[in-house]
Amino acid sequence: MDSLYLLIPVVLVFLVLAIRFLSWAIKSGQYDDLDTEGQRILFDDDATPKPKPKPKPQVENDKT
Amino acid sequence: MPDSALELAEDCYHCGLPIPQHLNLTVNISGEAQAMCCPGCQAVALSIVDGGLENFYRFRSEHAQRPNETSKHQWHVYDLEEVQADFVARLASGEREAQLLIQGITCAACVWLLEKQLANMPGVTAVTVNASTHRCLIRWSNDTQNLSHIMSECQRIGYEPSPATDEKAFQARKKENRQSLMRLGVAGIGMMQVGMVAIALYAGGLQGISEGMQNLLRYLSLVIATPVVFYSAKPFFQAARRSLAHAQLRHLNMDVPVSFAILGAYFASVYSTLTNSGEVYFDSVSMFTFFLLVGRYLEMRVRHSNSLAMGSLSQLLPFTANRLAEPESDPVAVPLKSLLVGDRVLVRAGEIFPSDGCVLRGSSSVEEALLTGEAKPLRKKVDDLVIAGTLNTESVLEVRVTALGQNTTLSAIDKLVSRAELEKPLQQTLADKIAAYFVAAVLILSLLVGSFWYFYEPEQAFWIVLSILVVTCPCALSLATPVALAAATSAARRQGLLITRAHVLESMASITRIVFDKTGTLTLGQLRVKHCIPTQKQFDERQCMALAAALEKNANHPIASAFLAETAGFFSASDIRQYTAEGVEGQIGKQCYRLGSIEFVSNIFPRTIQSNFNTSVPERNLQWILLGSEDGPVAWFGLSDSVRSGIKPLLSYCAAESINSELLSGDASSAVAVLAEDLGIQDFQAGAKPADKLARIHGLQALGEKVLMVGDGINDAPVLAGADVSIAMGAATDLAQTRADAVLLNNNLQAIARVRGIALKTRIIIRQNVTWALCYNALALPLAALGMVPPWAAAIGMSASSLVVTLNALRLNR
Repeated sequence: MDSLYLLIPVVLVFLVLAIRFLSWAIKSGQYDDLDTEGQRILFDDDATPKPKPKPKPQVENDKT
Repeated sequence: MPDSALELAEDCYHCGLPIPQHLNLTVNISGEAQAMCCPGCQAVALSIVDGGLENFYRFRSEHAQRPNETSKHQWHVYDLEEVQADFVARLASGEREAQLLIQGITCAACVWLLEKQLANMPGVTAVTVNASTHRCLIRWSNDTQNLSHIMSECQRIGYEPSPATDEKAFQARKKENRQSLMRLGVAGIGMMQVGMVAIALYAGGLQGISEGMQNLLRYLSLVIATPVVFYSAKPFFQAARRSLAHAQLRHLNMDVPVSFAILGAYFASVYSTLTNSGEVYFDSVSMFTFFLLVGRYLEMRVRHSNSLAMGSLSQLLPFTANRLAEPESDPVAVPLKSLLVGDRVLVRAGEIFPSDGCVLRGSSSVEEALLTGEAKPLRKKVDDLVIAGTLNTESVLEVRVTALGQNTTLSAIDKLVSRAELEKPLQQTLADKIAAYFVAAVLILSLLVGSFWYFYEPEQAFWIVLSILVVTCPCALSLATPVALAAATSAARRQGLLITRAHVLESMASITRIVFDKTGTLTLGQLRVKHCIPTQKQFDERQCMALAAALEKNANHPIASAFLAETAGFFSASDIRQYTAEGVEGQIGKQCYRLGSIEFVSNIFPRTIQSNFNTSVPERNLQWILLGSEDGPVAWFGLSDSVRSGIKPLLSYCAAESINSELLSGDASSAVAVLAEDLGIQDFQAGAKPADKLARIHGLQALGEKVLMVGDGINDAPVLAGADVSIAMGAATDLAQTRADAVLLNNNLQAIARVRGIALKTRIIIRQNVTWALCYNALALPLAALGMVPPWAAAIGMSASSLVVTLNALRLNR
């Protein structure tokens, strides 16, 4: 049990690291645009266009 | 509106707007021919396909915006060093970096398209587009590429770039966003850690724990909770101090008891830790702070992501002016800033007037729709006054500058707007109103209960007061209302209405009158040919249209754009000459044709036909122009402004909900009465200036009406600011957009009716939440006052109560 007296304060070090990491992520602008980044991975550049059936975005739009 | 002559068939694949019937424009996208509504969309779609970026159409979730055909930009002015000084940074590497605002971004696929297209340009080293702020950060090397080229490339694929000059406001928003994320992050991490330690402490309390270990864990919680209290919860303390500084009951906000509870619990726990006595509540403190911050953050995000950054007046004006040093000298492009009153400037056709001025030479038609709402261009000749920000449509004018910057008419309208905004009825949300009294009641009650316990059982007094503060924490009010509003805002967004101010949903539910502007709001501000009546057998309807299109091919006034959509190509016209405010003349084949006013066209008829010619127009409701040749009249064209879709369902919805509708237009013509009659709007007023409109709105408000204003141009900006709720069109001038509480993105007015439905539902849910919160408090408060609720149970009760109202609010999102 005595090891806890060392291990628990070590938690603080990790905590400081976690906050430093968060601060770095925020300052480097990673959270500035939450709308686009989530979708960027879906834009596969090398995808060949699907021949059929073709997507019909306007159908969806008309409903709204 | 009768659409009998030109029935609408299909929607444009690019922008989703209806396609006029005679039109047959297609673009081959991913192996299939897709119909387009105008040459503008066709050109943009072609550029996208040619660039190998047709995947854009697969990725997108919204239709693109229809490109603005009439805007003609002189991008090269943006290469001037003086102009770049405002928005371009020079980097140490020798590259340049510019902030651009991009109009027309509708979804994430636009970001992809822009980034791909621009990054493929030689010399461009970095492109980042932000879909929420509509900003583009672009870095390029000036040796191999220039900015004007980059900007015209943006326009070629359908987006309008403009330099971002509102850097300060943008930076402030960015800073606020990052700071609150950081506060939220610290509170979240702290809450989890303290919570973990708290479990050990509670378990220790049940099973037994060595005093040394208990102390270690308490000190650890203290260390972790300290930044949560003094960094994360700082905004609450600041707001509480501001609220108390007012020392008025109605300014009392929820931050006051929140701050008391946080600071009270924290310092009491610190005291317990240091003296090794009592209980610690660092976990409750951190959790409480975190939940409150989540609510604030959601609210801030809605506020930010919706504020369209465009909107300063300067965005309307050109960056340069063509100054004439002497009357006969060549014009020199100078930055607008260095222009002085008294200077001579040259304004070519298609250019925006940089200043107020007086015409020295030339005559032209000027479109002042931005200011007056009048769709038709006004004739300007020598000694007439022109206004900064309006568009010269026809021919070169030489103008003497009479007013610049702050002294222009445009600026005066802006001041009117600011004043109207100040006078705007202060919207206090239901939750705020209740909360102020609630908070006061809670504070007084805690004091009374505290003093009772102080005499009865002093050591309990502090913890009981704390329990009361925590258990009655108006979280249900402070958290659930923003969540309900955020959920409803995103539901409204899916209907095509972008809400930019928090009060919209609440005010929308109680409106009694809806006031429309005409040009650009009820109508699209684009003339379309409604009727074509050929008078000679040799030409059919289609050929007549083609003849007219050939004549109007290179013109850019509104009448020309009515024919622009037609396939020119059957005929080609030569020797085309424009006659200001009269019409156009050109040679097609061997014949001389004229298109324009009846008088102008009939002048070329042979004498015999001229005398017999019946000049009465076929139907009064439309604007009629004549096409004729030297042989006599060829065809009548009845033009009318097309009506925006969704107005009929909206009006019938209003009638069903007993909301009055009214038409208030700056347009002085009879078109207003005709339109009102067509749509069945009983109250209408034509020729209203911005100040008149504002007065009318104030008059209605004085009668106790809650007014929803739907408008478009700059002339609507003061009214938009003054109305209880205001909605601007997505294609509206930037100023009007920023003054409006909401922006209609999908051009379908019916969305307004749908959003009012959402608003009503939101009101119900907020009321349910408030009722729940009050019932919960009515139950929990006496228990806490009797000392039956320890602070940890109070914290759990508070969280559970918040959870219930939050989940209830999220039902709106379904």
